Amino acid sequence: MIATTDRTLNSLLGLYNQMVMIRAFEESAIELFAKGLITGSTHPCIGQEAIPVGACSALDPNDLVLATYRGHGAAIAKGSPPKYLMAELLTRTTGCCKGRGGSMHLCDKERGLLGTNAIVAAHIPIAGGVALSSRLRKSRQVVLCFFGDGASCEGEFFETLNMSALWKLPLVFICENNGYAISVPTSKSQATPDIADRARGFGIPAISIDGNDLLEVQARTATAVAHARRGDGPFMIECKTVRWERHSAFSAGRYDNPDEAQRWRKVDPIPRFAKKLLVMGAPPEQLSAEEAAARATIQEAVDFALNSPLPTPESVSEGIYADHGT
Amino acid sequence: MPVITMREAIDQAIREEMHRQPELVLLGQDIGAYGGTFGVYRGLFEEFGPERVRDGPLCESATVGFGIGLAISGVRAVVEVEFMDFTTFAMDQIVNQAAKMHYFTGGQLTVPLVIRTPIVSRMGMGPQHSQSLEAWFMHVPGLKIAIPSNAYDAKGLLKTALRDPNPVLFIENVRLYGAKTEVPESDYCIPLGQARVLRSGSDVTLVAISAAVPEGLAAAEELEQEGIAVEVIDPRSLNPFDTATLADSLRKTGRMVITHDACRTCGVAAEISQRMMEEAFDYLNAPITRITGLDVPTPSGYLHSTVVPDKSRIADAIRSLMN
Repeated sequence: MIATTDRTLNSLLGLYNQMVMIRAFEESAIELFAKGLITGSTHPCIGQEAIPVGACSALDPNDLVLATYRGHGAAIAKGSPPKYLMAELLTRTTGCCKGRGGSMHLCDKERGLLGTNAIVAAHIPIAGGVALSSRLRKSRQVVLCFFGDGASCEGEFFETLNMSALWKLPLVFICENNGYAISVPTSKSQATPDIADRARGFGIPAISIDGNDLLEVQARTATAVAHARRGDGPFMIECKTVRWERHSAFSAGRYDNPDEAQRWRKVDPIPRFAKKLLVMGAPPEQLSAEEAAARATIQEAVDFALNSPLPTPESVSEGIYADHGT
Repeated sequence: MPVITMREAIDQAIREEMHRQPELVLLGQDIGAYGGTFGVYRGLFEEFGPERVRDGPLCESATVGFGIGLAISGVRAVVEVEFMDFTTFAMDQIVNQAAKMHYFTGGQLTVPLVIRTPIVSRMGMGPQHSQSLEAWFMHVPGLKIAIPSNAYDAKGLLKTALRDPNPVLFIENVRLYGAKTEVPESDYCIPLGQARVLRSGSDVTLVAISAAVPEGLAAAEELEQEGIAVEVIDPRSLNPFDTATLADSLRKTGRMVITHDACRTCGVAAEISQRMMEEAFDYLNAPITRITGLDVPTPSGYLHSTVVPDKSRIADAIRSLMN
């Protein structure tokens, strides 16, 4: 990639570290769910790590992100410390949402993560409102809104495409098209193969890319973010990817084609990126060191979460309403 | 003191707060130069311009979603939903998002959003433009609800709502927009959760909501001629709800009638009735009576007036309670 020649290897190794952290975070989440330590459900993004990491790496620190219930990767990529995220998955008081949100509701306002959301597509107009707010406050913040192929069928997606194009809002739509609902493949749910086509219908520039190529995601997002920040309005990037795991840890895990898992592993974004780094001159031992460091960070996060207290029953009715002055 | 309509009082509250809060933004359909479907916004567009009085496309769900997005990122918003019936389009945003966001983010996000919407009952506009759906929202923790019945209360409650850090559903009523009361030009706020005793009486407590309030007051006046003293109370807000004022009145009168235009089943009256049983059961001289809208879709035109309670149905109920 020509676009990477001016980037330091170190920052790319940092992105490699993030991808491995996300992979390890999700593997831990699945394990903790199996042990009954995570209740409800949890929605891993294994196989999709290049999208949040690539996209968020194209943002300024002040930019804002809204994501979906499959949003652990987005939270880590936005810089939210994994230990508070893991504590949230285990609904501990030390969790980023004090143990109220759980796996599907992560939030880190300080780092610009304005929430992952458990209702498919509901956060899309909310992201539109945040983008309008950025304009009205003249903050020059760009808003990145992650959503899945399922959300692209919901009315609110179309409503927000219309409003954001109409008002030329600084909003970048990042579609994580992983090809499946719980069980139904997009070939049986989408009228056209490319979700990006829908944005074009509203006059929004849109592209479909290989979402498992981190550098491609990064470069395209950088273009989109620059477009939005210039005041040229929204932009959409459809990242084609695959979801290795079942929809959620709670779901049954059957797909149409049992051979797909094999095919998916061939496009695993992590070894693909590792290969590129080696070609670019990264020493193999440094890659191993990043992997070890990322996995150690997640192990620390798990230990931190497991050693954190659960909320008391009496606290259940606290924090429903904000006090005046907050 | 100036005497103005409820429509003017709402407009005044918003104008004053737009001056007071330079970031306050209005969203909705036809709210710009046109002034809103029922003409509540007069001159706001001319005064504050299209950035702050923002006409948007017809999509209630995204409009409320945009309002939430503004609110969580430092821009307080007022969204107008043209008819209360159309809040159905925005239920996810109101119920799953606005009401719960502060809680599920552990207090990180606040949603200072006011959703204004009018009940359009007693106008004959048919089954999709006539509903009083306030009970649905009262069922949702996290959502504050104001439901004024007159100009004075509307201004004071709206000013409170516009300074509240939480989402507030502000339920108006087209039937009441033109009614006038004295409204101070000064800045005043009425706290949510304080019922108003509109008329004192010792024989029976009449709790009335929204457009049922003027009907109830008219019934009380008629009954006074017959020697029945009716205490009329308007809760004014449904969440928080002033159970204490109602229970105090019931302890005094021993009888209660609750009236609203909304359907009977699972209506607000049912909730109030149960609360009164919990608070003042020993003081009841008679069963609590509900005079409500019928459990039917509101038909268009001629038949619509048979659906909602009027002065005579309320007065008859009170008479039979006294016998």
